[in-house]
Amino acid sequence: MTRVLLDPTSERSPVRRERLPRLDSLDGKTVGLLDISKPRGDIFLNRLQLELEKRGARVERFRKPTFTKPAPVDLRHEIATRCDAVIEALAD
Amino acid sequence: MTSLPPLPEGLVAFVKRDCPTCLLVEPVLLQLAKQAPLTVFSQDDPEFPDGVDSVDDSSLEKSWHHQIDTVPTLLRVKDGVEVERRLGWHREEWQATSGIDGLGPGLPDWRPGCGSLSVDPNLTSELAVRFGASTLRSRRVELAEAEDEMEAMFDRGWSDGLPLVAPTEARVLAMLEATTRSADETVAVVPPDLVDCTVEKIAINAVMAGCKPEYLPVVIAALEAACTDEFNMHGLLATTMPAGPVIIVNGPIRRRIGMNSGNNVFGQGNRANSTIGRALQLVIRNVGGGRPGEVDRAAHGNPGKLSFCFAEDEEGSPWEPLSVTLGKDAGVDTVTLFPGEGPRCIVDQISRDPDSLARSFAVNLRTLHHPKLALAFDCMLAIGPEHSRIFRQAGWSKQRLLDRLGELLQIPGSELVRGADGIAEGLPAGVKGATLPKFLPGGLLLVHCGGGAGLFSAMIGGWVRGSLGSQPVIREIRP
Repeated sequence: MTRVLLDPTSERSPVRRERLPRLDSLDGKTVGLLDISKPRGDIFLNRLQLELEKRGARVERFRKPTFTKPAPVDLRHEIATRCDAVIEALAD
Repeated sequence: MTSLPPLPEGLVAFVKRDCPTCLLVEPVLLQLAKQAPLTVFSQDDPEFPDGVDSVDDSSLEKSWHHQIDTVPTLLRVKDGVEVERRLGWHREEWQATSGIDGLGPGLPDWRPGCGSLSVDPNLTSELAVRFGASTLRSRRVELAEAEDEMEAMFDRGWSDGLPLVAPTEARVLAMLEATTRSADETVAVVPPDLVDCTVEKIAINAVMAGCKPEYLPVVIAALEAACTDEFNMHGLLATTMPAGPVIIVNGPIRRRIGMNSGNNVFGQGNRANSTIGRALQLVIRNVGGGRPGEVDRAAHGNPGKLSFCFAEDEEGSPWEPLSVTLGKDAGVDTVTLFPGEGPRCIVDQISRDPDSLARSFAVNLRTLHHPKLALAFDCMLAIGPEHSRIFRQAGWSKQRLLDRLGELLQIPGSELVRGADGIAEGLPAGVKGATLPKFLPGGLLLVHCGGGAGLFSAMIGGWVRGSLGSQPVIREIRP
């Protein structure tokens, strides 16, 4: 007798989206720095900002309300529309 | 649904040998067979009734489709349509339906029938599947002849590492019988993939976890609680800390489904405790897509992430249950979700006065996660019966104990700052002159449970507290 089980999963087939091409140069580009609100993340990001600006990039800073939850959708959208690239910093 | 199988013209009887009323009317069926067109469908023995050429309905196909719930049932069929139905034995009714007088001389006038096999609770789910009445929407996964069922489920990544019960359609339908909710009702949006989760998907995972159907409402309520923004299951899953969802059950349902609140309360050996928490975790794994090494980044985890679920010992407690402290009425069935690590024993076999015991609790609670960290974590203190007796005898209320613990857990900032005691870990130097509580208000929850012998309690450490992390969430259990 054929055994048939019911699928316990979400049965989703996530849509795969192509990544944007890597930037050729940072010159004149806007780079978002996303602080996830872990302690001392700002120290790391401050340093990154200096290095990026030296290379001609414009930097915008963003911050998640808490590191324990995903970034709110509006924040993600804002970063996507305002930046050419984003760096998300873990810390501790 | 398969089409309704036709019935033969004339009189049609459904019987089973395992029914005293069917045995009683055996001579009546013989009488009818001689005088009228009669077809007898026998559910359990095609040789029954003796002397009548009956039709084997041991597949229950005819009985199920024609919704026979009692045997004997006598029908009259005209032009392919059922025009009369008589349940059990009633001489006048049978005579009226058959048009034949003098049926069953010497028999009592009336006898109720028995349940039809087609409505046997042990068979109904299987029959619904067999005859195509299932409305379940999940994808059917067909296993090859040579495929080992257990291995097939491991191979598909459905398991938490332990063997699973195969989620057949019949088992899932039986599971769904235990809730009044519709199988297609969406209960929660499950992280990390943020998937709408239906009652049906919960039932499938509950079957796999080994739940009995009567546990399902608890699993549903636990999932509802886990998937709130306050509880933040996403963060709890993703954290590098070892915590996972801890489920505490209050209310009469604890006893009804046989949960353990006594000996070995956090341990193995009780089916409800072991499988309800497991079902929740399987839903997060299979529906939400939350798997260790992927979004689950725990450095160590803890064995309770397989299942950490227990009942409070309300009857033996000197105090109101946890659910009442959290604002629910006494006697209401609830689940409380707490973001917790594994339990740790607090030994005090000497204290016989409440203040000494409170001090023992406090020095242990001080060490939660690190003796030099404060304010950031909650804790659940599980007080055992031999300890609670000391507070009962001294007349201490729950609030009095909490207040005393609050006093004892005021810590000088000088002990907490980074570098103090030669330990780099600690709070920033700015708190040096302050006095800080180990726990913020509401951060210490008391629950009563454990075996009757042993002067022990236990502490279950929390995770990042409050709106930045996770808060305990209570939900009522609905049937």
